[in-house]
Order: sequence, then C-alpha cells, then structure tokens
Amino acid sequence: MQTYALLFILLQCLLMNAALGAQQGPRVQVADPFLELRTGPGRSYPVFHVVERGQWIVILKRRTDWFKVRGASGKEGWVKRQEMELTLTDEGERTDFNEAAISDFTRRRWEMGIMGGDFSGSDVISLYGAYAFNANLSGELSVTQLFGDFSNSIMGNIDLLAQPFPMWRISPFFSLGTGIIDTNTRKTLVKSQDSTDQLSHAGVGVRAYLTRRFILRAEYRNYVIFTSKNDNKEINEWKAGFAFFF
Amino acid sequence: MESRLRILFLMAALPLLAYPPLAAASAGADQEPVIKPEIDRKEIKVAKIDTEDFEIGAYAGIMSVEDFGANLVYGLRAAYHVTEDLFLEAAYGRTDTDKTSYERLSGGAELLTDEERKLSYYNLSVGYNLLPGETFIGSRRAFNSSLYVIGGIGSTDFAGDARFTLNFGAGYRLLLTDWLALHMDVRDHIFDIDVTGEDKTTHNIEIDGGLTVFF
Repeated sequence: MQTYALLFILLQCLLMNAALGAQQGPRVQVADPFLELRTGPGRSYPVFHVVERGQWIVILKRRTDWFKVRGASGKEGWVKRQEMELTLTDEGERTDFNEAAISDFTRRRWEMGIMGGDFSGSDVISLYGAYAFNANLSGELSVTQLFGDFSNSIMGNIDLLAQPFPMWRISPFFSLGTGIIDTNTRKTLVKSQDSTDQLSHAGVGVRAYLTRRFILRAEYRNYVIFTSKNDNKEINEWKAGFAFFF
Repeated sequence: MESRLRILFLMAALPLLAYPPLAAASAGADQEPVIKPEIDRKEIKVAKIDTEDFEIGAYAGIMSVEDFGANLVYGLRAAYHVTEDLFLEAAYGRTDTDKTSYERLSGGAELLTDEERKLSYYNLSVGYNLLPGETFIGSRRAFNSSLYVIGGIGSTDFAGDARFTLNFGAGYRLLLTDWLALHMDVRDHIFDIDVTGEDKTTHNIEIDGGLTVFF
C-alpha cells in the first residue's frame, strides 16, 4: 500500500515536472508573414499548421537543425533553423542561436574523432582525443586497433600537432609522437611471437571543416617500431575519418 | 604670483563647469556620448534550448554466423544525429555460436573452446536517412518514421582473434513519441576467418529490433 502511495506521489511529481517543463523555454515572435510548422524534424514531413506574423511561439527543443515550438493555439510542430532565425526575441531583435561556424573551428579546444585506414597491409581503426593549447599547437591521445594477416595489435600514442594555418577551411598539420604497440600473433598460427614494443612517429595530415561541429581528417604517418630484435621496423600508415570539435 | 593668479581664474571658472549646458557642450567637444547605448546583443543561449541529437538504446535479435549457426544476439547502440539526413552510430553486440556441421558429424573433434565460441563485436558506422516520412497505423494515427541505410567498420572478437569487420545494412526507425523510437535493422557483418582451414570471407547476417531514447 505504501509503495503504491509512493509511486502515486512520484507519478504526480513527474506529471508536475512535465507540466512545468512545458512552460519553460525561450519565446520568440514571428516576423515573417507566417511560420510553417511541420509534423517532424525534417524537410519531408508535411506542414500542418502556420503561425501568423506577430504571434509568439515557445521553443521547446531542438534536433539537428530543427526546433520544436508551441504556438499560441497550443499546436506543437517543427520549424527549420533558417526560418527560426527570422523571428524576433523579447528585445525585438533577430533571434541568433549561436551556431557553430568556421570561426569556432579555428577556436576549438577539444576534438574527438574516429579514423580508419591502412597500416602497411593491416586494417586500422583509430580513436583519438585532442586538446588545443592554442590555435597552432595541440596535444593528442589515440588508441588504435590493427588487424593483420598474421597478428593483431593494439597501439597507444601520444602526439604533438602543429597547425601552421589555423584560419584555413582546409588546414594542414604536422604531427610528432611516441607510443607503444602490443602485438599478438593470430591464434591459428603455431609459432607465437607476442611482443610489446616502443615506437615513435612523424606525419602530415589535413583537417577540413565540414559543417556545424564536424570535421573531416586525413593523415599519413611514418612509424619506427623499436623491436627487441636488432632491426627497427619502419611502417607507413594512411588513414581518414570524421571528428567533432567543441 | 603667477600660480596664485591661475588659482583665482580657476575658481572663477568652477561655477561655469558646474553649469549643465556648458558641461554638456564640453563633453560633446570630445565626441564622447553622455549615455553609452547598450550594444550587447541579447541572444537566446543555446544552453537554454534542450537539444536532442543523441540517441541511445538496446537491441536484440538473431545473428547467423557462417558455419556456426544462428543464435540470439543482443547489444547496445548510441547514435549522434549530425543533420536531419546524416547520423553516426556506435554499437556493441554479443552472441553465442553453435558447433559446425563438421564438429557434429565427426563427433568429438572440437574446433573451438567454449570461450572462443562466444562472439562479440563493435562497430562505428555512418547512416543516411533515405526515406524520412510518416507511417500510418489505422486512419487516425501517424508516426514519424525513417528508412535508413548504414555502413561502417569495426572489430569482431571470435574464435580467439579480433577480426576487422565491415558492416552494411538498412534499418527502419519508428518514432513512438518525440524521444522514443522503435528500430528494426538488418545488417551484414563481413569478416575473414581461418578456423576452417584457409582464410575465407564470411557474411554474417543479423536481424534485430530495439528501442532507443533521444536526449
């Protein structure tokens, strides 16, 4: 009985929250002749309602470039960002959503990405995170999984990246770093030669700003693996992938 | 003497400075406005708007592993919607596999240990919403839905080794509410395996359904 009462109270709280939550959110005024509300966050969803000029709408939430709004009549629908930017705020000014733009790309602090490619015949999947000390210099940590014909490896790297032209949309960079590689021979091979070695590398690459908080990245690296035997292995790696910045 | 005269002049000029029209005139001469207009734009802060670009959820289904039977597969997936069309997805799944026909017929020759028979995978994929629109259920209800194609790279841990895996497929996302979605997915996991003697490329089809939450 007590649990039911508790559940009931909890449910009430949730409902209250939902009701209160519905009240919140910034409001903007329609300045164009009308604003189209769609049933979903995309251009292919049908327009089912229009809000006229001068009416106020409340912004409820956002998904990608679409905003869910509630009109004075209580109707809720989705509006594209470009149309939302034509509305006016409480101060009578154009609404600005502080969109991430290319200027944010040059000022980015954190970057995270995923790349795939080739490590002298082995397939590569690499995950990295970077922190920019300033516009030109950033530090980076990465974990890479390698899939070879005879062995699999996990590689951890720490790098320093220099970006001479941070203002460019397509911006080249140079990298220098060191790391370790842990190699396990494939199980089906009889002669097992598992090993953990140190390595260092140098490389060049390019970042290209795509849209919003999104970048494309491609790079080449030359690795020198200091094996326990007396010959160092030199390996070329090519990879490309996507990254976010924030 | 001279400085005393200067003080006298200055004292005489003091009331003049206090006289408002003159004071204003002198300020005007410096081209400095008396009241500085507030030119800072008051923008709607993004933080105040609840963005829902992330999607996270679980799924379960059947995965057929070539030579090793079809079994229950379950996993977790997380997606980030970059635009209304494009999204990135990371998934992790696991399944058990059966004995191959050879192992059953030969009666005893085991290819893999029990631990090696467990398969797990992760993948990172890019998806494209090919057919976004509405799905009608009955004459009164319409749900937002989308058919998407998806493909990517990942790793499959099976038979004692990690194997580079390509995946591609298609899925259907039905939004029950703004934040709750039903998924149906068909995915082909392609990887090389050398357990049965020589290296061969295998196609491993997975069919699953799941629930995700947008946040």
